[in-house]
Amino acid sequence: MTQVVSTNSPLLHAERLSSIRGGRVLFENLDFSVSAGQLWQVSGPNGAGKSSLLRILTGLLEPSNGVVFFDGNPLNQNWSEYCQQLLFIGHKAAIKGELSALENFHWQQQLSSVQNVDAWDLLEKLGLLGLEDELTTRLSAGQQRRVALTRLWATQASLWILDEPFTALDVQGIALLQQRFVEHLDAGGTIIFTSHQSLTLSGLMPEKLSLEYRGEVL
Amino acid sequence: MWRWLHPYAKPEATYNLLQKLLPWFVALTLVTLITGVIWGLAFAPGDYQQGDSYRIIFLHVPAAIFSMGAYMGMAIMGGIALIWQIKTAEWAIPAIAPVGAALTVVALLTGAIWGKPMWGTWWVWDARLTSELILLFLYVGVMALYFAFDDARTGAKAAAILSLVGVINLPIIHFSVEWWNTLHQGATITKFERPSIAASMLIPLLICLAGFAFLTVSLVMMRLKNEILRHELHRPWAQQRLEQD
Amino acid sequence: MSQLSNRQTWLTLLKRDLRIAARRRSDALNPLLFLLMVVTLFPLGIGPGPDILARIAPGIIWVAALLASLLGLERLFRDDFQDGTLEQLCLLPQPLAFTVTAKMMAHWLLSGLPLVILSPVLALLLSLPLQGWWALALTLFLGTPALSALGAIGAALTLQVQRGSSLVSLILIPLFIPLLIFATAAVENASMGLAVHGQLAILAAISVLTVTLAPLAVAAGIRMSVN
Repeated sequence: MTQVVSTNSPLLHAERLSSIRGGRVLFENLDFSVSAGQLWQVSGPNGAGKSSLLRILTGLLEPSNGVVFFDGNPLNQNWSEYCQQLLFIGHKAAIKGELSALENFHWQQQLSSVQNVDAWDLLEKLGLLGLEDELTTRLSAGQQRRVALTRLWATQASLWILDEPFTALDVQGIALLQQRFVEHLDAGGTIIFTSHQSLTLSGLMPEKLSLEYRGEVL
Repeated sequence: MWRWLHPYAKPEATYNLLQKLLPWFVALTLVTLITGVIWGLAFAPGDYQQGDSYRIIFLHVPAAIFSMGAYMGMAIMGGIALIWQIKTAEWAIPAIAPVGAALTVVALLTGAIWGKPMWGTWWVWDARLTSELILLFLYVGVMALYFAFDDARTGAKAAAILSLVGVINLPIIHFSVEWWNTLHQGATITKFERPSIAASMLIPLLICLAGFAFLTVSLVMMRLKNEILRHELHRPWAQQRLEQD
Repeated sequence: MSQLSNRQTWLTLLKRDLRIAARRRSDALNPLLFLLMVVTLFPLGIGPGPDILARIAPGIIWVAALLASLLGLERLFRDDFQDGTLEQLCLLPQPLAFTVTAKMMAHWLLSGLPLVILSPVLALLLSLPLQGWWALALTLFLGTPALSALGAIGAALTLQVQRGSSLVSLILIPLFIPLLIFATAAVENASMGLAVHGQLAILAAISVLTVTLAPLAVAAGIRMSVN
């Protein structure tokens, strides 16, 4: 019996989540459960609260109401454990303009303590070879996005929360990212991501959570 | 303590409590302050050295003491706001800060008025006056920080953190200024220091102290009531209250 | 899972900040040049008499150092805030109050330590007697960690405020006062050949207290700003 509960118990569980930002209700009483191995796509128009929802799930933003549970406990009760399992790439991707692509990658690799990744292989795969010593401010938006996404290849985290990961990527970049998604899901990982356009991912069947834009002002 | 405090985490309950207590505090303020000030200014004996000019201590000393007390209260509210995330405690910060700042200004002004006949000048770098001036700066910092944010909750949190930092620093600042003063003033004894005070002066002073305490609390309660109403305006209970009054 | 040790994380963060600073040298250099220029103004403003200059030198140098330390503060966390690095710091398994000390250390290495190194030049410009030189350097060495720690609190609290630099000054200057008092007294005493152990011990105590407690306030400020 206990085993059944543990396999069925969700990795991440949101209970009655509400967010009020700047006097406007973004969403109210949101309930959902994300199980290990699932892919979730949060969609909705601009201003619907997608980023806020992701930031609440990471614990960076406090919900106006409701609780997020990780492995059955509220986030702040096993925070350190949660941080070890979590990889979050936000709307702002934490890429340093003053550092080169390679330095940015190395820094992130060091913090996530993954050693067995060949940086050159990865840079080649992401089409950044030859640009590795350029300061990232000098790279295009799409290239900067690729630098940010190098983290996905150098992480031990099982839960990925990604805000608009496909933005600014070209067709080839999207394909690469999809492939990485498949690898991660096959390995039992979990992904929650947002996209404002209705993206169809070949070979992937994401669970969908769509938020609506609500104009109500308090 | 938590079980006792918990109902007052609800703004409505706090508002009702304040509503009930406020008239009593206002009455106490009026009685003690009027008695104390009249006794002190008119009936207490004159000082054999300073004549009648010493009488300003009946305003100066209480204002100075409660300017510090108010800061302490603000920091305690800040701690409660940060640890238990109680909204009422957050609103108490903007309710207390201007009252404390006003008391600080009163202490500085009365100090200057006292200084004119004593030292022949409006301002001297006396240890207590200097501490009081720095306290005013601390209040100004907390208020400036609170009002710098668009979002009142963020402003209150920032002000709460700063007031806690300030309250840890306050003794250090006080001690350092005290020490600096003895270093630079040499042998001149400050006139504020009195070895003892006659009972005929002490009693009105104590009454004035009580008066200022009640005054401070009453003012803070009034401001806190307003803050609660202002933030809860969209809730039915607050609108009901507004219609009643 | 090989968990990165606290020390390694701390060093990684420190090295990264220093490397970024090396790419933007003017950020660290400008406050020092500002300090040098402010100190130069005083002999021009009140006359070059060595007696007067030596008399007011400790006060001038320390006041100028306090003002200079306010200059670069606004950027201490701002870039990291804007590019999302602070969010990632919050999400490290290590407590935020611990990781921010790496940033405070980087700030001290780039702003406090150069002041200590520059102090003989400042002492020379203001005709401070020889005994005063080392005392000045020592007070700066013991006092500047507290400046960095308090500065980090100011910077963290005003992250969300647009153009917060004047606000940072407003909230920090009162907190700097004890440092100014004990540091200048130590330098004055040393110039007159008196003992300075007491003042230096108090300065060190203030720095230890500030450096221990400030990270808690900084972490709370950053969490609040990221929210």
